[in-house]
Amino acid sequence: MAYRLGVDVGGTFTDLLLLEAGTGSFWRHKTPSTPHDSSEGILDGVEAICAKAGITPAEVEIFLHGTTVATNAVLEGKGARVGLIVTEGYKQVMQIARSFVPGGLAGWIVWPKPEPLAKLEDTVEIAGRMDAQGGEVRPIDDADIRAQLEKLKSRGVEALTVSLMNAYLNGAHELRVAELAAEILPDVPISLSHVVLPEMQEYERTLTTVANAAVRPVVGRYVRNLRDKLRGAGMAGQLSLLRSDGGLMSSEKSEEHPVSLLMSGPAGGVTGALWVAKNAGLKNILTLDVGGTSTDVALIENLDARRVRTTEVGHLSVRASALDVKTVGAGGGSIAYVPELTRALRVGPQSAGAVPGPVAYGKGGTLPTVTDANVVLGYLPEALLGGTFKLDREGSIKAVQTIADALGIDLYAAARGIIDIVNENMFGALRMISVQQGYDPRDFALMGFGGAGPIHVNAVARLMGSWPAVSPVSPGVLCALGDATTRMRTETARSFSTLARDSKVSDLTAVLDEMAAQTRASLIADGVPEADITVLFEVDVRYAGQAFEVPLMLDPEMLGRDGIVGITARFDAEHERLFTFTMESPHEIVNLRAVALGTVLELPAPELPKGDGDPIAARLRDHELWMEGRMMPAVIYDRAKLRQGDVIPGPAIVIEMDSTTLIESDCVATVDAFGNILINPAT
Amino acid sequence: MPARIIQTNPTPFAQQAIDPVSLDIIENALRNARIEMDATLVRTAMSPGIREQGDSFPLIADHNGRMIVGQFGSYIGPFLDGFEGTIEEGDLIMLSDPYSVGGAISHSNDWLVLLPVFKDGRLIAYTSMFGHMSDIGGKVAGSMPIDARSIFEEGVRIPPVKIYAKGQYNADLVKLIMTQTRTPDWCKADLNALIASCRVAARRVVEMADRFGDDLFVSATEELLARNHRAMASLIESAIGDTPVSFEDFICDDGLGYGPYRIKCTMWKQDGRVVLDFDGTDPQSEGSINFYLNENMLRMFFGIYMIMVFDPQILFNDGFYDLIDVRIPEGSLLKPRFPAALSGRTHALGRIFDILGGLLGQKTPEFLNAAGFSSSPHLFYSGTDKKGEWFQLFQIGFGGIPGRPLGDGPDGHSLWPGFTNVPNEFLERYFPLRIERYETEADSGGAGLHRGGNGIRMTYRFLEPGTISIHDDRWFTKPWGVNGGKPGARARKVLEKPDGTQTVVGNKAENIVVEKDDQLHFITWGGGGWGDPLERDPALVAHEIVQGLVTVEGAQAYGVAIVDGEVDAAATEALRARMRDDRDATLPTFDHGADIETLRAGCQAETGLPAPIQPRWQLAMAAE
Repeated sequence: MAYRLGVDVGGTFTDLLLLEAGTGSFWRHKTPSTPHDSSEGILDGVEAICAKAGITPAEVEIFLHGTTVATNAVLEGKGARVGLIVTEGYKQVMQIARSFVPGGLAGWIVWPKPEPLAKLEDTVEIAGRMDAQGGEVRPIDDADIRAQLEKLKSRGVEALTVSLMNAYLNGAHELRVAELAAEILPDVPISLSHVVLPEMQEYERTLTTVANAAVRPVVGRYVRNLRDKLRGAGMAGQLSLLRSDGGLMSSEKSEEHPVSLLMSGPAGGVTGALWVAKNAGLKNILTLDVGGTSTDVALIENLDARRVRTTEVGHLSVRASALDVKTVGAGGGSIAYVPELTRALRVGPQSAGAVPGPVAYGKGGTLPTVTDANVVLGYLPEALLGGTFKLDREGSIKAVQTIADALGIDLYAAARGIIDIVNENMFGALRMISVQQGYDPRDFALMGFGGAGPIHVNAVARLMGSWPAVSPVSPGVLCALGDATTRMRTETARSFSTLARDSKVSDLTAVLDEMAAQTRASLIADGVPEADITVLFEVDVRYAGQAFEVPLMLDPEMLGRDGIVGITARFDAEHERLFTFTMESPHEIVNLRAVALGTVLELPAPELPKGDGDPIAARLRDHELWMEGRMMPAVIYDRAKLRQGDVIPGPAIVIEMDSTTLIESDCVATVDAFGNILINPAT
Repeated sequence: MPARIIQTNPTPFAQQAIDPVSLDIIENALRNARIEMDATLVRTAMSPGIREQGDSFPLIADHNGRMIVGQFGSYIGPFLDGFEGTIEEGDLIMLSDPYSVGGAISHSNDWLVLLPVFKDGRLIAYTSMFGHMSDIGGKVAGSMPIDARSIFEEGVRIPPVKIYAKGQYNADLVKLIMTQTRTPDWCKADLNALIASCRVAARRVVEMADRFGDDLFVSATEELLARNHRAMASLIESAIGDTPVSFEDFICDDGLGYGPYRIKCTMWKQDGRVVLDFDGTDPQSEGSINFYLNENMLRMFFGIYMIMVFDPQILFNDGFYDLIDVRIPEGSLLKPRFPAALSGRTHALGRIFDILGGLLGQKTPEFLNAAGFSSSPHLFYSGTDKKGEWFQLFQIGFGGIPGRPLGDGPDGHSLWPGFTNVPNEFLERYFPLRIERYETEADSGGAGLHRGGNGIRMTYRFLEPGTISIHDDRWFTKPWGVNGGKPGARARKVLEKPDGTQTVVGNKAENIVVEKDDQLHFITWGGGGWGDPLERDPALVAHEIVQGLVTVEGAQAYGVAIVDGEVDAAATEALRARMRDDRDATLPTFDHGADIETLRAGCQAETGLPAPIQPRWQLAMAAE
């Protein structure tokens, strides 16, 4: 039997999900994370979950893993010390950082400028120059390069980056530097800009290459350590990592190109949501992954998650494909406050985090948080399932009362105000990925997961008009589920930069064929059988002169049939949809991309026993909560005892080990065949 | 006669009570709509000025034309007062004449689009956006001739006209306008982009009104304005004194050889209101450096500086306008009489921020920022290439952010919100030039406990013959330091021929002919320093020497002695002691480096350029 094991390492817990690919049976397990060395927690979990399933680790064929190790290295400044080699005259490219200052007018007064990822003192210049057509203007000089490499060597750099002007057109100079670096700094990994990101724009290319170099040693150590430990535990199967774009890559490849892992963590939730959506018969989904300090949102259209070409991590914007996940500083730990001057109610982005945490957790928190408001309103019952953990409702009330007093309104109105505002912040993020991209949120369902997603999903769905609101089965381990159910992926791109009217179908086809061959070979090298590989193409088009392209799917057959005109017609339609107008300007075909994919795991989800529609068997107790401006009776249910077809009228609360689902008063929930809770307006 | 607003539904909006939570939600939603306007513009515009550098400004106003979100304050009120016509559903108004909107746009290069938003027959809001066009015709490429003597030399000037009237597009009118520019493709795309942005925001406003109800939405905008009023009233009460304080600063020259021009502002509190009085500001220039300063814009700038410190999350809106009394003398540099030329207004516009900072910080030096990069240096390069095709580049430069209470000023950054440089690889690919050097100028940031940011040195190598024009300032007067901090270095422009000969060229120069392989070193000024440089950690100074941001010679301004790349602690101690002895015990709040006469005397030797001549009108006035 083929077993797949998905593992997601979070700040507090490591979640594991083991699947038996033939039957779809699965086991889940949660174990405390071990931040000093995540592999310890992982190994504990592996042994425990294998024991649960009655197998040995040797029977796990594929180990799939989403990790935040690269992200954290960037966010916490724990990347390697990177030496950067640039063209003469460009030493301060990272220091100047395109001169951009965030914030509005006068925002510069309060902006703390972040330190560049490659230090200025570890940046050196070399002579030699390429022009904007890729021709050599001035040659490089080996002696000069050696001298600069020696300088970096003496500074003790741990990784090396070369990013020369116009190298995206001609990488010859960068390659020569790499040759000499191999002599002088033989043990230092080297990243070349024309390899990592063969695209125009010196700052973005340099930043991306530096980011890659900075996280490389950290990721390499992490992956090798994990691989060794797993092998030691007898696991012989393949180790794959989740890329920012929701695909998988081999652990070996991730060591060379870790910049593709920067959004690996949030991508897991989105791929998990995809799997749930497929089972629940939903095609269009907005995801709402609510954690303690932040919320991640993404858009899935027709069972395909929307991707972007940049990965945003902290203040950095790196050019690497990622799922279009937007993050807002709104979560369970977000702190509510009322500034004296405006007497407005603000929630977040400051967060009580895990420590001291919300007041309700009794770990020393004193400031009112979103979780406290949920407790005050009765949306989070005091006694959670299992009875091991009791929430401090009195403490929450006292904290939220301070907000009520500052606003001159009553306690429950203040608590609901906090919830309304945090929901609104999530709504704002969801609008950015839906309405602002030309999507109508009413065509989408909203899926809430992560610790606090299912408690907010109903209210946010109402704001969006996105029904049903979905609380997926096992919302707490959805990321691990995503890791386990996605597929291998690789991609490549070529600049084309030619006006559509000057382009021939045969020119396009030649590039597509070449890219298809390259990406296929890459997946085959990663162990994917050739017959399982699908290659898809994309083309970026814009009106000549615009700075931003609109990506379109490109099907070689369609290209043959409709020709170039077919592409430009589709672009015009898309431009009209996005921006309300089209132009007579000529079209430019900017980039071509190929994506090679392995097969999707056809994994049937196990069905729940059929019920008679009445959830009475799952009823735990009666309850009271505050909604529509008053206290009202509600019922608490145990999720584990729900049957398919059960209909739960709101207001109600469904609790399980690690999550709580809130069904609002004028809504009704139904339990689908696989245990997903689908909430719709009652009428 | 003011504009006539035609509504098919005459029912007035009903005032409704609004809870604080709904109010905050509407505030947020409006903020998001504004961000969406920017995003739409950047994605669809074509000129590098707008799409890469972000030289554009959005606004959403209530049905009375008062700005709810935006940055530059509302010009809709003055516009409506002066517009002889109707405002109807389906109208879309465009204009570029600064004299038609009381200076709300301050030169004809800024094209403004105004969209009245109707819902169910009632005017419910306005959305508007203006952006800088690369070229609008006139006597020079880029349409900003520094030596223009009247606005008629500065290209097409568009009075308020409807490019859509009741939904009908006026193609002839747009064709007429586009015929005036050297870059019709860019202008067309940019105009489309401005319109698309306004339409996107209008759609959001209607959605919001649908969601909350029209009356509640309108009531919310009222309350947002009132909230700002209350916040600003209490700020003014606590932060502004009754005793007048004055501050003055200068525009170095007018590009015609005359200067400097004084801008002076005096501020005091009177009956709970702030008075900002520009009495003492020099008369208007004969050239184009005049800045037609809109009173509401100044109120907005002032409010932003005030609010920034106390609740940066608050939305700036027009609510507090009646708390600020702005007095600008007619016929002055800041309120020139028609048809004064206006295209070179960027320098005075920027300088207003230094003046506001200097004014507000005098009584609270801990909040004071040094003088800085308060302008947008421009470079124009145009010509016809080997293939016979016209090329035209307009670049905005960046420089040193001043030393701040928060810390050092960033090197080579922008003071303008949202502006970024155009990637050099993009420039090289699409224009006949190569950027040989793109770095910050060591030691150009003023010394201080918090160092001023360095200016930028950008070296352009021109690959085709053509002409260039330069607009910059702060080459004669210095960016002042504060609280003991030293002034930053001044701006410089050097033209280098292929044989290596270098010539200093003016900082406001029009139509300089360049040959293939000439290089222009475009050096911007540094930010002033903040606080006593002798208090700066010597190790940090040494570190910045290694980084190349400060030189060994530059370290002397900090009293730091460097030997073989290391701090010589004893020598540093001695040097600092000697420097302390040699200066006044109390450090000046403002350090301008030198007075105007001293600057004049040393000008040729220090800058390589003759000192500007005292403007003639002053002689005339002295004779009166």
